[in-house]
Amino acid sequence: MADPSDFTIVDYRHIPGRNVVALIGDDQPCLAEHVVRHFAEPILLLAHQDRERLIAAEVDVRYEPSEPLFDPLRSPKVFKSIAIRKGDIEAGFARADEIVEGEYRVGHQEHVYIETNGVIAVPGGGGITVYGSLQCPYYVQKALRAILGFPAERIRVVQAETGGGFGGKEEYPSIIAAHACLLALKSGRPVKLIYDRAEDMVATTKRHPGIVRTRTGVTRDGRLTAIDIDVVLDGGAYMTLSPVVLSRGVIHATGPYRCDNVRVNGRVVMTNTPPNGAFRGFGAPQTQFAAEVHMERVAERLGMDPVRLRENNALRAGDTTATGQVLGRDVSALAVLRDAVARTDFKRRRRELRGTNRGLGLALFFHGAGFTGSGEVRLASKASLELTDHGARILVASADLGQGSRTVHAQIVAETLGVPYDAVEVARVDTAVVPDSGPTVASRTSMVVGRLLERCAAEMKQTLGRLTPREYLRRHGPLVITKQYEPPTAATFDEDTYTGDAYGAYAWACDVAEVEFDPVTYEIRPVRITAVQEIGKALNPMLAAGQIEGGTAQGVGYALLEEVVMRDGRMANAQLTNYAAPTTMDTPRIDVVIQERAYRHGPFGAKGLGELPFDGVAPAIANAVRHLGLDVRTLPLTPERVMDAPPIRKRTGRP
Amino acid sequence: MRFLLNGERVDVRAPAMKRLLDVLREDCGLTGTKEGCGEGECGACTVLLDGQAVNACLVPFGQVRGRSVKTIEGLRGRHPLQESFVTEGGTQCGICTPGMIMAAAALPKNATLDEVRAGLAGNLCRCTGYMGIYRAVQRAQGSGLTARGKAQARTKRRARV
Repeated sequence: MADPSDFTIVDYRHIPGRNVVALIGDDQPCLAEHVVRHFAEPILLLAHQDRERLIAAEVDVRYEPSEPLFDPLRSPKVFKSIAIRKGDIEAGFARADEIVEGEYRVGHQEHVYIETNGVIAVPGGGGITVYGSLQCPYYVQKALRAILGFPAERIRVVQAETGGGFGGKEEYPSIIAAHACLLALKSGRPVKLIYDRAEDMVATTKRHPGIVRTRTGVTRDGRLTAIDIDVVLDGGAYMTLSPVVLSRGVIHATGPYRCDNVRVNGRVVMTNTPPNGAFRGFGAPQTQFAAEVHMERVAERLGMDPVRLRENNALRAGDTTATGQVLGRDVSALAVLRDAVARTDFKRRRRELRGTNRGLGLALFFHGAGFTGSGEVRLASKASLELTDHGARILVASADLGQGSRTVHAQIVAETLGVPYDAVEVARVDTAVVPDSGPTVASRTSMVVGRLLERCAAEMKQTLGRLTPREYLRRHGPLVITKQYEPPTAATFDEDTYTGDAYGAYAWACDVAEVEFDPVTYEIRPVRITAVQEIGKALNPMLAAGQIEGGTAQGVGYALLEEVVMRDGRMANAQLTNYAAPTTMDTPRIDVVIQERAYRHGPFGAKGLGELPFDGVAPAIANAVRHLGLDVRTLPLTPERVMDAPPIRKRTGRP
Repeated sequence: MRFLLNGERVDVRAPAMKRLLDVLREDCGLTGTKEGCGEGECGACTVLLDGQAVNACLVPFGQVRGRSVKTIEGLRGRHPLQESFVTEGGTQCGICTPGMIMAAAALPKNATLDEVRAGLAGNLCRCTGYMGIYRAVQRAQGSGLTARGKAQARTKRRARV
């Protein structure tokens, strides 16, 4: 190796602050001290101005091996466990005519944002500036405060144009930014740290794998009397966001169904793989896959039409969810179900396809928008609006990752303020300029931050009175209006008992998938997906459709193609060559239908939309495969799994 | 080494085995061409080499001697595809877009939907589910607007809630 003095070298001893990636549990070191819990755990940082020299450098690391743990069911270390209790579960089962049980498994999923994780750290002026591909600038700042021991005003985080996130740039940028900052501060020079695709795939977070065991009691005429669910999520080596992923997972675990007697036990545990983390849907896709495939099995057991079974049990206005949240009139479960069934001529088409190589299936699902429980109150996000000569300038920390938040926020302000769209500017996401609007996650950017902006704009309009912006500025000087989140209702959520209003609003959807089975290769090819989604209000119909189409395509990958092969705790297929995200040839025609039922506390009635479309695709596809007579319960539905699937034995008309 | 870059004769000094992708970004300052995977799977680095779509991450610089390279910058922001990707929602995060547009620019005229799908099969997009991209390509090819495309174009013009 070349002269080590050419290199900037950093290990844990060079960390000026605390050696933790501050998030929920503060258990993950920025750089390992004496123990590594997973294959990709960072130990030593090297920087050099010549990339070739850096690649050629060799570091000798000696490990004392210990027995790794890869099976979440055998993990003794629980990051978080949650119990939901409603009614009397034993009495519910006693009233049942049939009891249906099953286990459902889902694997990891890699985000495959086309731009990998990357940051640039620039030291100077007694502080540091980070430019990065990221979703949550204030998360990065918080992590850097702990690691560098700097006050917030000496840490500036700027979101660069970001090539996709999907949750994969929610928590991971904190650790990579810390690494770049440590090297930049030690060398006194700017440091660029960009993962190549293989590094990104082996080291960064993935969707949590899960094992869901479900037992339901149902009457002969198809009414749920008891739902008993056990959820185990594999958190990987450190806690990251696992407790809140589990929280969303268990709250959505029953699916959008009414039942008086519910028991959900969930736990997320440690294993020796790289930590899992945020990914569009955030726990809800794992549990709703199980819920919807299980509902299909209940229908099969009863010999009942799957649509009728869902109609019997779908949540309605006035019903309570598993946490006891009383639903208002904005419940659209039946509306989306009926619309999807009618548009696809579901029942006739199912009969038509019987005996062919095609199958048709559906999934009914929901997604709570915004942070779970009291999360939004604790976040207390802020948004600001500054009056300009021609209109206004938006100051928010929401990162546009392609979802179009800048466009939608500008529309909300323009419409409320009564100025042309082009008169609204959006400030760059820079912690030195914008207030903390909370992270760009949880389908909250339009609904929660958009609402703050709507309130800012309404007050600005009132303050302006009859004056034009220019006149106002000349007479009164600068005007900046800041609004902070206030809970729209007095409703509360009890995090000890897991009861109460888990979310301010739910969006509702029904997907119908038609698939074709190849009897030679055992491949399942999706032919067409119809996605009927009730999202309150489509603030921008083109962008809303784009979210639904894109989320649906990612769901197709989750359902059929995307398998993270873990070998000894290491992703063995960390390449786009053999980790297959859907191409044009794998993605079916997607028909989007948007329903609007205004949410009183969302801007112009809008609810969260970003994650919903992902949740139901995999179960709709799995249920279409079940329609072909194959008993599939594990994702992804690769040809190997389809080949191994036993035939479904229907007990039609059983008393 | 001399070659034609976006219609202009250029002479660039760089190692023959350097990836064309890196030469374009680092030596020519044309950062519109993106790296997504570095192994020819994602298509984010697609450029036209003598009119044919290639992955610039797989082309050693030595191979472009005397040939014509066209990058997204060569479309000068005025190509019909660049407008239609905006108006039809063909782009979200934008990182695949330069490569996607270059691949689309190499499609035959009046391509059918199946031809568009096949022609873009080497370009991954993780955001759009490709539906907006098909609408954009078909619009640019002048195959007429779909009803939804028209409605969206109106929305865009109003640019209001």
